[in-house]
Amino acid sequence: MALDVGLVLFVLGVAVWTVAARDAFSAVIGFVVYGLLLALVWMRLAAPDVALTEAAIGSGLTGGLLLGTSTRLRGTETPATGKKSVTGLRLAAALLCSLASIGLAMIVLLLPEPAPTLAPQAAANMAATGLGNPVTAVLMAYRAIDTLFETVVLLLALLGVWSLTPDRFWGGLPGRGRNADPEGVLTFAVQLLVPVGILIGVHIFWVGSVAPGGEFQGATILAAMWILAAMAGLVDAPRVSRRGLRLMLVAGPAVFFAIGLAGFAMAGAFLAYPEAHAKLLILTIEVPVTLSIAVTLALLVAGPPERTPQQ
Amino acid sequence: MSGATVYGLCSAALVGLGLFGLIVHPEPLRKILAFNLIGGGVFLLFGVVARKGAAAGFGGDPVPQALVITGLVVAFAATALAVGLLIRLSQEADVQPRSRMDSQP
Repeated sequence: MALDVGLVLFVLGVAVWTVAARDAFSAVIGFVVYGLLLALVWMRLAAPDVALTEAAIGSGLTGGLLLGTSTRLRGTETPATGKKSVTGLRLAAALLCSLASIGLAMIVLLLPEPAPTLAPQAAANMAATGLGNPVTAVLMAYRAIDTLFETVVLLLALLGVWSLTPDRFWGGLPGRGRNADPEGVLTFAVQLLVPVGILIGVHIFWVGSVAPGGEFQGATILAAMWILAAMAGLVDAPRVSRRGLRLMLVAGPAVFFAIGLAGFAMAGAFLAYPEAHAKLLILTIEVPVTLSIAVTLALLVAGPPERTPQQ
Repeated sequence: MSGATVYGLCSAALVGLGLFGLIVHPEPLRKILAFNLIGGGVFLLFGVVARKGAAAGFGGDPVPQALVITGLVVAFAATALAVGLLIRLSQEADVQPRSRMDSQP
């Protein structure tokens, strides 16, 4: 209990810092710490799968993306104007936001105990999926349709980012490209870290069927390794018009859809798996989905093309 | 009061804080940050509900936990799109004054 209260105070402190910090860069640093502390909170809430996702995506990938953005936009931020009206607005906003918080807090205090739960049903049907991790069973079997459309949403977001490309760079290379410094500390660290990181990413994906982990967490680590190598200038982003790249992007959703449709023939419903082959089918979906998610996440961080295809 | 309730109250405060940041900060990047702060609070509230639904030997209800994982990934995708729009906007703002001068010598 004392640990919980201490952790909550830390989380709130960092959240206040993120809102109140003077410049955007410090605010983003606060946000990264906020994500890591939330990962600890998820552990305290007995949700190790969510903790891994929060640390990898919520803190790591989002933080990295926003750090890069804040350095790029430095100096272009609009300064605050009209100090008097701002104070009035702040007071009004603070009042309204406190009301929202108090309302939510009331709901929390009035939550039924124990809460309605689907855990017994999840446990009862887990043997049929051949999986040992209930969260993976929800993601890949009970609510597989959510996961299928999530992979599609990721692709749509990437299409949105790519559609921001200026005409002259269409089909070109994302980012500005960096030259590797063969003597640099970053190069050395990346050369050491990336092979280990790839191994950890594949491991976290693989153990997801029986232990905390899964395709999203594994794919994020794989994407992060590519981003690290790109930051050090050891690899460059591919041309977005490359056919192989586009095949990798759609492989996951395509296989997922195909097996979902095959479910009509095999088990009589969309995304239904015949019990004898459930685990094999789930793995057949997960491998290309992990690849597609990793490539999509990396390209989302890389942003729209900023160099012509010839460069 | 159980540990889960403490985190529930924390999530309520986080949503309020994020909302405040979203309203008072004029810079778009700070608004994106504040929006993610709200997201963290909302996901946490859902996690508290999951924790209170612990049963059948699980520490929490796995269904909301899985939904939070989906939510985190979608929140990242939305943030990436917002950042892309923001950077494009700043590039356009850099280019705009010059082209206006060109057209009106």
